[in-house]
Amino acid sequence: MTFAASTLPTDEATFAQLIFGAPLLGAVLLLFFGKRLGKLSGIIGSATVGIAFVFGVLSFMDLTSIATGHGENARVLTKSWFTWIEVGDFNVHMSLVIDQLSIVMVFVITGVGFLIHVYSIGYMSSEENYGRFFAYLNLFIAAMLLLVLGDNLLVMFIGWEGVGLCSYLLIGFWFEDRANATAAKKAFVVNRIGDFSFLLGIFLLAVSAGTLTFAGINESAVSGAIGGSMATVGALLLFGGAAGKSAQIPLYVWLPDAMAGPTPVSALIHAATMVTAGVYMVARTFPLFEAASFDVLLLVAWVGGATAVITAIVAAAEYDIKKILAYSTISQLGYMFLALGVGAYSIAIFHLVTHAFFKALMFLGSGSVMHALDGETDVRRMGGLRKVMPITGWTFMMGWLAICGIVPFSGFFSKDAILAGAWADGQYVLWGLGVATAALTAFYMSRLYLRVFEGGVVMPEGTHAHDAPPTMAAALIPLGILSLAAGALNFPGGLTFEHFLEPVLGEPEVAHGLTAWLLGGAATVVAVGGIAVAWALYLRAGGLQVRDRTERMLGPAVRAARNKLYVDRTYETLILQPGRDLAVFCTEVVDRKIIDGAVNGTGKLVAGSSELLRRLQTGYVRNYAAAFLVGVVVVFSILIVRVAA
Amino acid sequence: MDFVAPKIALSGIAPEIALAATALLVLLADAFIGDRPRTLRPEHGSARPGSGILGNRWHLPLLSLIGFGAAVYLALDAWDRVDATGATTQFSGMIAVDGFSVFVKITLAVFGALTILLGHEYLVRRDLEEGEFFALVLFSVAGMMLMASSADLIVTFLALETFSIALYVLVGYQRSRLDGQEAAMKYFLLGAFSSTFFLLGIALVFGATGSTNLYGEGGITSFLATTPAADLSLLVLGAGLLIVGLGFKVAAVPFHMWTPDAYQGAPSPVTGFMAAGSKLAGFAALLRLLDVVLFPLRWDWRPLVIGIAVVTMIVGSILAVVQDDIKRMLAYSSIAHAGFVFTAVIATNDRGISGALFYLATYGLTIVGAFAIVAVLGGPEERRTRVNDFRGLFAAHPLLAGILTLLMLSLAGVPITSGFVAKLVVFGAAVEAGYTWVVVVGAIASAIAAFFYLRILVVMYMVDAEVAEEPKAVMGPLSIGVIGLSAAATLVLGLFWSPLIELAEKATFFAGP
Repeated sequence: MTFAASTLPTDEATFAQLIFGAPLLGAVLLLFFGKRLGKLSGIIGSATVGIAFVFGVLSFMDLTSIATGHGENARVLTKSWFTWIEVGDFNVHMSLVIDQLSIVMVFVITGVGFLIHVYSIGYMSSEENYGRFFAYLNLFIAAMLLLVLGDNLLVMFIGWEGVGLCSYLLIGFWFEDRANATAAKKAFVVNRIGDFSFLLGIFLLAVSAGTLTFAGINESAVSGAIGGSMATVGALLLFGGAAGKSAQIPLYVWLPDAMAGPTPVSALIHAATMVTAGVYMVARTFPLFEAASFDVLLLVAWVGGATAVITAIVAAAEYDIKKILAYSTISQLGYMFLALGVGAYSIAIFHLVTHAFFKALMFLGSGSVMHALDGETDVRRMGGLRKVMPITGWTFMMGWLAICGIVPFSGFFSKDAILAGAWADGQYVLWGLGVATAALTAFYMSRLYLRVFEGGVVMPEGTHAHDAPPTMAAALIPLGILSLAAGALNFPGGLTFEHFLEPVLGEPEVAHGLTAWLLGGAATVVAVGGIAVAWALYLRAGGLQVRDRTERMLGPAVRAARNKLYVDRTYETLILQPGRDLAVFCTEVVDRKIIDGAVNGTGKLVAGSSELLRRLQTGYVRNYAAAFLVGVVVVFSILIVRVAA
Repeated sequence: MDFVAPKIALSGIAPEIALAATALLVLLADAFIGDRPRTLRPEHGSARPGSGILGNRWHLPLLSLIGFGAAVYLALDAWDRVDATGATTQFSGMIAVDGFSVFVKITLAVFGALTILLGHEYLVRRDLEEGEFFALVLFSVAGMMLMASSADLIVTFLALETFSIALYVLVGYQRSRLDGQEAAMKYFLLGAFSSTFFLLGIALVFGATGSTNLYGEGGITSFLATTPAADLSLLVLGAGLLIVGLGFKVAAVPFHMWTPDAYQGAPSPVTGFMAAGSKLAGFAALLRLLDVVLFPLRWDWRPLVIGIAVVTMIVGSILAVVQDDIKRMLAYSSIAHAGFVFTAVIATNDRGISGALFYLATYGLTIVGAFAIVAVLGGPEERRTRVNDFRGLFAAHPLLAGILTLLMLSLAGVPITSGFVAKLVVFGAAVEAGYTWVVVVGAIASAIAAFFYLRILVVMYMVDAEVAEEPKAVMGPLSIGVIGLSAAATLVLGLFWSPLIELAEKATFFAGP
């Protein structure tokens, strides 16, 4: 693997701070004047993200203005504001970097972010705290941009915590409902675990690499300045942070609950952008992972593969439309980590991009359905909706075909490339996991799509379904087109996307020739098979009987899947309950008796001596002067003893 | 015979000259300009802030501010010279022109300017005479600056008296307040008392070395360098008395008894000025004397100073706990802070010196803001300064309560405030010098101190039905500006401390022999 990023020439970035500044300005404006601006908040919120997108385009043109062909003459643009910390030789600068990787992320964040903002104008129109919603959303975009633009781990960490905060605020946006507040808290706490690991990783790298810039860390990883075992621990800690933010085993449990937030939030934060931060982070620091003496990358691949399969199984048993999409998101993130683990970094990013399109699209589509059906989320009470709401139905179909991996939809190319990468890396078992996930994905997504949009019309009683209003349609249609066509970014012949990222992420090993065709064919067959099964079970007449029979046959397995494989319950028994017991023990015994006792004792001691000393402060000058004189005598005595000695 | 005009270099004391000249101008202008239109009635609080305050009586504060601006400019000018030609002495070696004095002077000028801004609004609201106040502040800052650049013990004494006498008057400035009168009297008597010890110390040093000069030919530095075998006991005793005299000014235990009374009785802007300015001036002289001139004798004086540091930190923190009056509490807290700075003095390394300067600068900026808040909440005679009078402040003035929280956390040394960074650097210097146990004592004192800062916060945020009288802030643009500036400095220096520390590190260039 060639690694070139640190040796690329550097130029001054002109627009970097504007990309990040525009949504930040919007957030500040809306936080302070959101109430007064009323309906204008949505427009301001969307416009600032649109402006950020435009600055992203300008930066892209700036970046590629001298770059020609495959990474020759490539360069990076940086913008440094000021030195933040300077201790001896250790420096941290507040600086941003625009390179091939961060600009891709900028496009995803501001592009998809803009569409979701526009969608929210319609979706949240009857919301009381309209301004506050857009303020948080803008703040999120700003933090996410800081995360991807930061040129060192500490700036990234600010963005990392910023998006975590916004996620917390937005999951609990309807905090009047206790369940939502609890979900927000769960997301926050589980993320804390990952963040703690990330922070330890930062400390470790600060000590062992002596720098926190990505270029510096990667360089010392390549040169061997960071020892193999140190790199192992550092990479593991960073991956711990990534697993928390990107909802991987064992820290994925917060994401399904995070669906308590408004649907645009689920689309933006919990599908397209924030949850991919972990993928971005690992891709950013991949030389560190490669330098590790223990094969951390293999661990990453296995965690990703296992997450992908397991959550796909749970998704196949869910009935809540948003929960299905949430488990599907975790599963797809697992794919991305699988790609990272087999060294196909740019392919992981490619899947990140296509996934951002089709998953955001499907979340927004589900939001449109819920909007039409008065908040109904149970797929069993829906059916044939494509006839009632054609825009939503047709665009959702694009997303469905994309995630199933049907040619020529975008998901086919990115997923196929991941599977080919696993094969080329010699990880045939992981390849098998990937194929199984592909089959399961095709099955559960078809189960969702066919149930909700095809067949006879089913709606909860008393609802009058209507198609998405214009602002919501305005977001669905472009995302539908992107889900269909984004594969063109990286067609097998040109591989434009991979080559674009080459200066930063290197060239992935992929299968070629006949193998490639066979692998692609196999994936397609599996996908079609999954769809066919779903069709047979859910749409074909008599499917119900077959379903009952299989459920009886697979009884315990189905029940386990319905219960989310008992993961939440296991955590409850193994971690939460002991934790609560420990907390009770700490408050009742350790804190009340031991610590409070010591503190109160100290307090009494201080107060007592204080009273004693206070008596000296009589208010009479003569006493003050006497005390002074005593002091002088003591001083003199000390010095005379000293001098005499 | 030609008359050759003596060539007198003035750059070393140009800022002091500018301030003294401005003070004279202020007195003149006060006598001649206008008949002092009464724009605000004395009753506190009824006045609308803004128009009246900035309207009619702006000449004198503006003039004073120009004076401080000129002082800063001249100090920077002196710095350029130091930068170009190195540290020097002037006036036959009596004035040191070095990075250290420039840093201290600029910081003092900032404290002085903030005091002018606060004092103006404070005085106008209470319908007090202004001219003398500004002149006294200007004179006293000039004296404090001279403390920093003095290279001769006689000049140090002169400077000490200059700023002290101005402060005695300022403490009792509000003549209608009896506690102010009492405080001024006590401060004056004890100040005179301590001055005698300081003078005796000078006499002993002169007796031992034959000079009062620090760096000049035959001065103390060269005496120590050239006469290694001499009996130094007299010099050490003299140094001890100098420490006593300066310890009085910085409120070190056991020479601190005046502090709570004077801090409580003085008008709050003056209290803030005393806490910030006279501490900085006193420590400036101490640092130059102990860490530079008497560095060779450090093994003799250090045990004494360690003792003072430890006792000061502990006694200041413990006594603050039982105070019910916030001004007295902040007085004891300022005693404790003096102890923390002493830990940097005993380090006798460059980090200690720059750390002490950083500490004093950030502490000054924070404490001026804290006393400004006390001033706006205290009422005309500052009767509402009990801790319980802050009950319900958050409900009445959320922003003010937030800022006070920030300032208190900074005084307690909580991270992301300047107070934390300051403690970190002074403690770091002491650890580097091998005095970890002193730092441990300091940490314990900080923990005790946290209690009373937090007590104010608890009271402030308490929602209490039985609030006898809701706190009422009376503030105009100047108070708001100073409080905001202090809060901003506390926060910004807590996050981005590097630039100021770098400046403080430059201030460790001393004039030498």
